[in-house]
Amino acid sequence: MPIMTSGIRVAFTLLLSAGLSVAQEEAIRAFTGAKLFPITGDPVESGTLLIRGSEILAVGAAETVEIPEGAETIDVSGKVIMPGLICTHSHIGQVSGGDSSAPIQPDVRVLDSINVRDASVRKARAGGLTTVNIMSGSGHLMSGQTIYLKLREGETVEDLMILDDRGKPSGGMKMANGTNSIRSAPFPGTRGKSAALVREQFIKAQAYQKKLTAAKEDPDKAVERDLAMEALVEVLEGKRVVHHHTHRHDDILTVLRLREEFGFRLVLHHVSEAWKVAPQIAAAKVPCSIILLDSPGGKLEARDIEWRNGAELEKLGVVTSFHTDDPINDSRWFLRSGGFAVRAGMSRHGALYALTMAGAIQLDLADRVGSLSVGKDADFVILSGDPLSVYSRVLETWIEGERVFNLADPVDKLFAVGGEGAGSPRLTNMCCFDFPIK
Amino acid sequence: MKLSILFLGLTLTLAAHAQLAIQGGTVYTMEGPAITNGVVLIKDGKIEAVGSAETVALPDGYKMRQAAVVIPGVIDAHSTVGLSGILNIGADQEQLEKSAPIQPELRAIDAYNARDPLVAWVRNFGVTTVNTGHAPGAVISGQAMIIKTHHLNVSDGPVSSFSMVMGNLGTGALASGSAVPGTRAKAVAILRAELLKAQGYLKKLELKDPDKAPDRNLRLETLVAILKKEKPLLITAHRHQDIQAALRLAKEFEFRLILDGASEAYQLIEEIKAAGVPVIVHPTMMRSYGDAENLSFENANRLHEAGIPIALQSGYEAYVPKTRVVLFEAAMAAAYGLPREAALAAITKGAAEILGIGDRVGSLAPGKDADLALYDGDPFEYTSHCVGVIIDGESLPVAKR
Repeated sequence: MPIMTSGIRVAFTLLLSAGLSVAQEEAIRAFTGAKLFPITGDPVESGTLLIRGSEILAVGAAETVEIPEGAETIDVSGKVIMPGLICTHSHIGQVSGGDSSAPIQPDVRVLDSINVRDASVRKARAGGLTTVNIMSGSGHLMSGQTIYLKLREGETVEDLMILDDRGKPSGGMKMANGTNSIRSAPFPGTRGKSAALVREQFIKAQAYQKKLTAAKEDPDKAVERDLAMEALVEVLEGKRVVHHHTHRHDDILTVLRLREEFGFRLVLHHVSEAWKVAPQIAAAKVPCSIILLDSPGGKLEARDIEWRNGAELEKLGVVTSFHTDDPINDSRWFLRSGGFAVRAGMSRHGALYALTMAGAIQLDLADRVGSLSVGKDADFVILSGDPLSVYSRVLETWIEGERVFNLADPVDKLFAVGGEGAGSPRLTNMCCFDFPIK
Repeated sequence: MKLSILFLGLTLTLAAHAQLAIQGGTVYTMEGPAITNGVVLIKDGKIEAVGSAETVALPDGYKMRQAAVVIPGVIDAHSTVGLSGILNIGADQEQLEKSAPIQPELRAIDAYNARDPLVAWVRNFGVTTVNTGHAPGAVISGQAMIIKTHHLNVSDGPVSSFSMVMGNLGTGALASGSAVPGTRAKAVAILRAELLKAQGYLKKLELKDPDKAPDRNLRLETLVAILKKEKPLLITAHRHQDIQAALRLAKEFEFRLILDGASEAYQLIEEIKAAGVPVIVHPTMMRSYGDAENLSFENANRLHEAGIPIALQSGYEAYVPKTRVVLFEAAMAAAYGLPREAALAAITKGAAEILGIGDRVGSLAPGKDADLALYDGDPFEYTSHCVGVIIDGESLPVAKR
């Protein structure tokens, strides 16, 4: 991150934008000499990654990539480059969603709660994360609409949004079952009731959807706007993927049963007991976003969580991503998930895929991110060594051709390693840096 | 499958004190440089000999085991396993009693569940000894004990049934609502008042006149052990002002202080060093929130560089995951600059010395308890596995993860 106050940065950008913006966008950079993990192709021992503006222009072995004249060459020999990490389940940015007034609140958008200037966002960049699915917690059957963000340098949530074809911010719908959403009234008291409440809501949404269709042909039949129903119709139409928190084997099967009934698109999250029902998950062709923890337990449903979930799901061809669930696992330890999955039998490629491409698929962003592929966004991380070694460090994180984290920068390092001011930068007398107080 | 494990268990129990010869590609004795192609001989639960394959002959009748890397059994200098159960429901959470802010009389041995699955969980990564007990969350939450992780009953013989008293300063120790203490200053005030009471109690005890002997008082008896320096007082303190308060208290009452957590210790290197106080540093991967928001992954290294004795810990976890594994915390400290041997020492010899059990465990030397952890590669790497755990000469079945 450049050390510049926001005000100066805006002025600087304005000054330059008139004459130089085109040239700037088209700047070509060649990263040479690193070991490349393109993810969708074989690793390259000493390759070249060529980017133009915000896009990847070429990637491959040094002899196969011609570096255009005038390109800036950055020697990263001995380093490792892989796609930016994608976390499919995160709570960074002080996110909040549904309140405790009702168990089902699809109308609530987490985008209205996120503080993109929070230290947790900077720490995530330091961990090599470039794309995240930020969601509210699992204390509700349906806690609201999630948001997919690129961790670009920005000062508003809008700066970080990923707009879809309709120009709308991309995101899914957070749901949960099991004990977290079983609470005192008006919340359900049992698993049976939990499922009944959800079914009831989807049936209501089906009826609303019918009315909407009818209104398209007959303006007199126009229905009153209903924020909750509108969001659920998006779910029914497959425009909004359900991200479903679930741990126990029977709860996992309940989610699959609901999906069968209502046909929504689904990613299973946590899936602690996936190893018990992996064949059923594979048969339903439902992807999984899993977490790898230092120990089982902490709640009844997570007592049987296993690191071999990754291996078991991979074996059956389930598209499996990892997530941090930050703050459960700090984003800065995300690569560690891959290490533990491999330790328990997952392939190395499968683990790197789960940190990148699998997440892109699950967030409907596979055409833009997840691999080092020509035409995709120039989102990547430069590592000091093997991604699955404890000793490797994230040196730089790049998003759309901009460096958003640089370990050599003292302020960035503070968020990478911790120290005075890493927690509440706003409250700290940052004597030694020209610190952007935000 | 289950049956075979049972049989295995039976065999191993029968062979508990068999003579063992452990061959390691690299043997970290913690008493000198690592030995390439090393041998550790074990007899009657104790280490008989340690050296290179050239210098230590393999006697007849010893059962052989081999591993890429051999280290002393890992010591977790501060844990709550056995008290903070895996399920995290009311019935298995014994680590914190909130009925009063100062209760040093709460003994860990009365609460430790040796069969909680998390004890076996940490053992499966090579943790053979834990200093476990009451968690942070009250000014004095109770006592800790030291026990090996293979025991199925607390009565099987802890290394120490009362290792230290567990204290806490900072927001974590504050009570909610209008209960005492509501502020940092009040927390220190009530602790000073209690220690003053204990001083008075000690004076009466020292009169040695049976007629003037005070009534027994569990709370004050325990604090007397602190004042007489028979036991250390561990104080968990993360903010710099809380660390300074702990140092101030130790100076006033002249007790043996162990600083714990100490997220902001890197700001107070000189003070801590001058006080001669060891630090059981927070887990490297502890969440950087609340009082610990300014923790640094380089904290352990900064203290080590200054020559301050350190150990690492798994600490207390309130939610998911329910425990950390101290081996992984040491690995991450090493990844962030703590020299590898120092990181190993922080979970073996260094930890044993801070806990006062260095004569028995923490290094591989003749006469010491035969506690070893065996790995198929660098113990710190994610992708290495613990392939053997030996405690008091007993080879334990390992669930390889």
